[in-house]
Amino acid sequence: MNKELKILAIIIVLVGITYWGIEPYAHSKMHPHHEPATFKYEDLKAPNLKGDPKKGAQAIMNNGCTGCHSIKAAGIPAPMDPVSASASYGVNPPDLSNIAAVTDEKFLAAFIKHPVHAFKLDHKYKNKAFPMPDFFGSDQDLADIVAYLKSIAKPQTPKGAFEVACGRCHNLKYDGWTVIGEKPKFKNDVEKADFELKLAKYEANLKKYLGTTPPDLSMYIRSRGHEYIRDFVEDPQKILHGTAMPRVGLTEEATMKVIEHLEKVGDRKKEKRNKLGIWVLGYFVIFAILAYLWKQKIWRELH
Amino acid sequence: MAHFTKANSVYEWLDQRLALDKLWKVLAAEYWIPKNINFLWAMGVVLMTMFTILLISGIFLLMYYKPDTKLAFDSVNYTIMQEVWFGWLWRHMHAVAASVVFLVIYIHMFTGIYYASYKRGREMIWISGMLLFVTFSAEAFSGYMLPWGQMSYWAAQVITNLFGGIPFIGDDLVVWIRGNFYVSDPTLTRFFMLHVLLMPLIIMAIIGLHFYTLRIPHVNNQDGEEIDFDAEAEKYKAGLKKESKVIPFWPVFLSKDFFVLGVFMIFYFYLVFYHYDFAMDPINFDPANPMKTPPHIYPEWYFLWSYEVLRGFFFNVGPLSAMDMGLIAFGIANVIFFFLPWFDKNDEVAPASRRGGFKVWFWLLVIDMIVLTIWGKLPPTGFNAYIGYVAAVGFLALWAALPAVTARKTGLLWFVILVTLALYVAGYMEYTKALGNGFLIVSLFVIFYLLFFLNPVMVRNRGGAR
Repeated sequence: MNKELKILAIIIVLVGITYWGIEPYAHSKMHPHHEPATFKYEDLKAPNLKGDPKKGAQAIMNNGCTGCHSIKAAGIPAPMDPVSASASYGVNPPDLSNIAAVTDEKFLAAFIKHPVHAFKLDHKYKNKAFPMPDFFGSDQDLADIVAYLKSIAKPQTPKGAFEVACGRCHNLKYDGWTVIGEKPKFKNDVEKADFELKLAKYEANLKKYLGTTPPDLSMYIRSRGHEYIRDFVEDPQKILHGTAMPRVGLTEEATMKVIEHLEKVGDRKKEKRNKLGIWVLGYFVIFAILAYLWKQKIWRELH
Repeated sequence: MAHFTKANSVYEWLDQRLALDKLWKVLAAEYWIPKNINFLWAMGVVLMTMFTILLISGIFLLMYYKPDTKLAFDSVNYTIMQEVWFGWLWRHMHAVAASVVFLVIYIHMFTGIYYASYKRGREMIWISGMLLFVTFSAEAFSGYMLPWGQMSYWAAQVITNLFGGIPFIGDDLVVWIRGNFYVSDPTLTRFFMLHVLLMPLIIMAIIGLHFYTLRIPHVNNQDGEEIDFDAEAEKYKAGLKKESKVIPFWPVFLSKDFFVLGVFMIFYFYLVFYHYDFAMDPINFDPANPMKTPPHIYPEWYFLWSYEVLRGFFFNVGPLSAMDMGLIAFGIANVIFFFLPWFDKNDEVAPASRRGGFKVWFWLLVIDMIVLTIWGKLPPTGFNAYIGYVAAVGFLALWAALPAVTARKTGLLWFVILVTLALYVAGYMEYTKALGNGFLIVSLFVIFYLLFFLNPVMVRNRGGAR
């Protein structure tokens, strides 16, 4: 018996060393370490003024924001459908109703003031114009607009947070989500073909705008994992230098909601797995104990 | 013509026609195994169980999998993982079993090497076992392609490309294997066929052969003792169970196997439910994209050691290109274990712990293969490349030295060691860029490969070193 335990110990040590080498150690060498996300957006300056939502509603109109953006919460419709908008701007400009529910307040102000800089896409827009112009109004106007956006924003579900934050560039096909919205139930082939044509046109415009087609995120919870997604969302350039993905300035809370949604879509059976696992392991623990007792009974006669 | 009488029970009726009693005796109740064994002797039953799990889970997966580059990824990751009732369980069981089966194969193999269970009549056991290793490898490689993820695609691209290194027919062979100029839909369909039909058929036939090869020489034991199985079996049947050196397969041997199997299944299902990601590399959850090369391409863990033998030769030596030397070494690494019974020049059957030089050789081989495995995954840059070179040359050197070690030809052993060390020095000088492609290093490689191929033929000392 002692000898068998010794053999087992040797095997465990050798397998353990090999495992450590090819999994944690090798992966730490293949993926360079980066600092975890803080969601502080320290490089951006806040206006430090108290905004008035009522004045903000007016300022949004005065500054022409609704020329491109819809605010459905205030009954302001989109000037163009998503496909035409993507043809003009590359991507469909977001509806502003809930934008402040997912973005950091300081980020939002800095973004309106100078979008390319807040997006960290200066390297891409050195010689060409970004679709959204810089804001030339006063800092007080800016603070009012942010206060207004905050006042109309409603708390988001995980799914809602994903759609507001990621859904205009990324498909999530395992959830029926496309970059032009939820995939509807089609009554006939004509409707289906019509929708697919729109989607293809939008995706083609998006590809022209970004230089690449943004990936479908259905399996990202498995291919990238929580930590990577969290840190990447906070600052894409830090992890994938030169990527076309902008920094979108999500709050920590909104990021966690997005991750929660991705987990629900990409790893739907997690809870079932964890529950069933205990029963199966329990079964084999009992099996091993009974087998051991049986073995002892039979082998007692042999020695 | 056998004599048939009226049967009193269904069993008796069947027994008259199928000789069930006799069959059971031959296969189990009077199939004799040495008593002097430890839990390593249970690996065969563990492997058989793993293979059964792979077969059954594979059949369930087969009902929903679609071998088409447009459908494969979603049929696995959505249909099977999310829609099919317990599809996720079958998939996790299949993927984890496919990975741990190799862990058990390696333990099984190295048990055989440690206890010298490959000679004096047991050569066919060893060869059929190695055939299983090779066919399992082909099965694993073809299966890894099926989910059509990034690494499915790129590993297939790299590995099929290796056949291009074969002289004269290489380029045509690659196209023939792929069914196209690059890895694409026809490649997926044919590897699907290999994975679900041809390879399993061959594997099942070889498993039968492997069991059959055990019948005449019998299973080895912890001391390599030669046992008179007939005489010992008579003792056991006469009730002298304590004195007899053998035990029947059923129930004595299997009672111990079931316990080992139970413990192993706890480990296996822990992985299935809570740590499947070790077997399912995250990068393969990105759909295959021929336009986007992943930054690191590597095979599954069980191929890493031979992959590193290939990668270890990373600099050109005169007329010998790094790729050619690597391919030759890789080719050797993949077949050399078959020849173990003939590289070991000593007929003595004993555990490595009692075989002096062989003991050192065995543990050096284990360490070298662990180093190769780990460095096969690390990026081959800077100092890592040099460690890969040392371990790859070391692997070949160990085999070149084996005949000298087992025949106790000390002079020859020193010669192998000296040539190997010279190659290390040359490698180091190449690493520091001091030496170009000199005449000396070319001759060293020539001598090294000659040693490798001629040593087992020239050294004749079978059985004389006891």
